[in-house]
Amino acid sequence: MIRKFLITPLFAILAMSSMAQAQDVMKLAVTTSFHNSGLSDVLLPEIRKDLDLEVQLLVVGTGQALKLGQEGDVDAILVHSRKAEEAFVADGFGTHRREIMYNDFVVIGPGEDPAGIAGAADAGDALARIATQQSRFVSRGDDSGTHKKERALWQAAGVDPDAAGAWYNAVGAGMGAALNTASGMNAYILSDRASWLNFGNKGDLALLYSGDPVLLNQYAYLPVNPELHPHAKSDLAVALEDWLTSERAAALINEYKINGETLFTFNAQ
Amino acid sequence: MSDMFPLKVTGAETTRRGKRLVGPIDLTLDGQGTCVVIGPNGSGKTTFLRLLHGAARLAGGEIRWSCPLEDARHDQAFVFQSPVMLRRSVLDNIAYPLLMRGTARAEAREAASNWAARVGLGGMLSRAATVLSGGEKQKLALARALIAEPKLLFLDEPCAALDGRAMREIESILSQAAASGTRLILSTHDMGQARRLASRVVFLLHGKVHEAAAAEQFFDHPETPQARAFLNGDIVE
Amino acid sequence: MGDLWSGLTQAFWLVVTLDKELVEISWRSLRITLSALVLASAIAMPLAAFLAVRRFRARRAFIAVMNALMGLPPVVVGLVVYVLLSRSGPFGVLGLLFTPTAMIIAQIIIIVPLIASIAHQSLRDLWQEYHDLLISMNVTQWQKMKTLLWDARRALLTAALAGFGRAIGEVGAIMIVGGNIDHATRVLTTAIALETGKGNFALALSLGFVLIALAVAVNLAIHWLGRTEREGRW
Ligand SMILES: Nc1ncnc2c1ncn2[C@@H]1O[C@H](COP(=O)(O)OP(=O)(O)OP(=O)(O)O)[C@@H](O)[C@H]1O
Ligand SMILES: [Mg+2]
Repeated sequence: MIRKFLITPLFAILAMSSMAQAQDVMKLAVTTSFHNSGLSDVLLPEIRKDLDLEVQLLVVGTGQALKLGQEGDVDAILVHSRKAEEAFVADGFGTHRREIMYNDFVVIGPGEDPAGIAGAADAGDALARIATQQSRFVSRGDDSGTHKKERALWQAAGVDPDAAGAWYNAVGAGMGAALNTASGMNAYILSDRASWLNFGNKGDLALLYSGDPVLLNQYAYLPVNPELHPHAKSDLAVALEDWLTSERAAALINEYKINGETLFTFNAQ
Repeated sequence: MSDMFPLKVTGAETTRRGKRLVGPIDLTLDGQGTCVVIGPNGSGKTTFLRLLHGAARLAGGEIRWSCPLEDARHDQAFVFQSPVMLRRSVLDNIAYPLLMRGTARAEAREAASNWAARVGLGGMLSRAATVLSGGEKQKLALARALIAEPKLLFLDEPCAALDGRAMREIESILSQAAASGTRLILSTHDMGQARRLASRVVFLLHGKVHEAAAAEQFFDHPETPQARAFLNGDIVE
Repeated sequence: MGDLWSGLTQAFWLVVTLDKELVEISWRSLRITLSALVLASAIAMPLAAFLAVRRFRARRAFIAVMNALMGLPPVVVGLVVYVLLSRSGPFGVLGLLFTPTAMIIAQIIIIVPLIASIAHQSLRDLWQEYHDLLISMNVTQWQKMKTLLWDARRALLTAALAGFGRAIGEVGAIMIVGGNIDHATRVLTTAIALETGKGNFALALSLGFVLIALAVAVNLAIHWLGRTEREGRW
């Protein structure tokens, strides 16, 4: 009886695993902020339709995405951290870097805006006001693209967050988790616009500052170097790149809206 | 297969944490029939039987069979003072030794149900062995021991938990086994039973063989005052 | 409180409408965990029986280590499996990272010590009971193990269920080695983590309720199967 019970699922499993998909499959590492935007839910079905290609997304931080590409555990990456991307190509881990689209970062904070950043002159000024007021601020603290952007902004504002007091909270988590923390603490936070719009637990938080060109966030696509990793599916990576830079992708990306707001601007050359 | 007997025991003893439980024992067992081991509580009967069977570690001395030890172990069985019940049905308990020897399942079950009937357990073949009464457990253990047709059977107070009638039934099965050539070594506190079954008696006291003799001689003319006192039911020091 | 309530109602609707994604994710959770359970049991139970019947020098140390490994942090297991299966790791050529197989491997490593420890406890007790008889019958080591495993099968079922509980609710390791890929390696626990990250507490909670219901259902099913056994009286 028990033997029968143990063996049945085993057969079920074997039967399942033999049901392999007929189509092509490739792995693409993307950042949490891209995935949280929901754009992938629009693009992936279309890619499947057009190319008969199943793109499996690994949703990780920028640092881990680069690492996955470096080790050959994915076939391509889609990230937004220009310096790191250029180093990735220069070190030979990727064949090249192709810009696809951009979106922007926004500063979120308590609705009553205790630091008064809504009237700030630029992004640096907004952060400087938070620091002066010592209003609570939540940082991703996970070395992601968003975190790197935030560090650069603090530097421009002339504030050293490492020396900051208890008002500065590095949570070491993804965008969603960090937003959850900010919502719980009613704190300021730097987020990409898409993650913010799709976030379901806003609480008293509101979008307080945006629009400075320095807040633009460029996404680029980097296929993994097949010379380094012969198993990498570089033909599929090329096919996907062609699709992502096509007219069709341009239309889908530019028309993608959350709550009536456009999120991304297609800018592939 | 060569004969196991005579069995020669010289200076055999068993210890536990440096303390001697039994021994040193010198004894020779041969021929057929039934050897009955008697003695007061704690005199070492159980330990002595286990020592001969190889279930207690020999700390010194020698136990020598007339055949290789492997063969001797193969042809023995043991019925414990408190029988061990496998968590299986009565039938499967009795069939177990045969199954372990590679007998086909159907054949083993057939033999087991015959033996169950012989010891009076025929009506409860599919009952869980663990729920049997004390006496039923004793009977099961006996059937399970005899089913493999051992040449030597150890029985440690096999009838302690049985009523008079069941005791007679068991004794008759034991006599049959003895008649068909199985050598019996059993311990008992029942002197009536000892007289009925014994062809030879070993009287243990304080872990040593105090007196060993043919049954008639022992019961009619015990040599030592302790044996005399024990047979009279007096306290033995 | 509001989230809890809307989580419950959402879970209810997801289940009654047999939501396609929910069914897919649940089925994958079940499939991966049951495969891991079967394979882990096949390793852990004979190991437990061996440790019960066999005395050897390092036995006590081995059992102590095994008990300690019950508390193995899943994240560490995940990391180690990740590094081993990564393309630049020793087993990279197999291409198993971010597949259900990798998740099964991680779960096996997590639950083998648990199943083996629990199984060993009951087998050891049974062995104390059986010791004299089996020694006296002169059976082989292998026969002893088989006898113990068979006669303790109900206790072993409990051990397996404990393993199942730990595996089905595990998230740290399978998130790392599976990658939480939609339609490939996303299971109930990783989906819950994902939805929590998006702030969708109600959906996350409803998935949580489904997970609990699934675990309870499997437990009941296995107990029921155990009870319908012919000899199932002890
Ligand atoms: N494992 C053990 N550890 C310590 N002492 C033991 C052990 N086994 C037996 N003994 C001791 O050895 C002595 C002999 O025990 P044994 O069981 O052989 O007596 P017995 O003659 O069978 O008694 P009874 O008639 O009560 O069954 C007793 O004093 C007992 O306490
Ligand atoms: Mg005794």
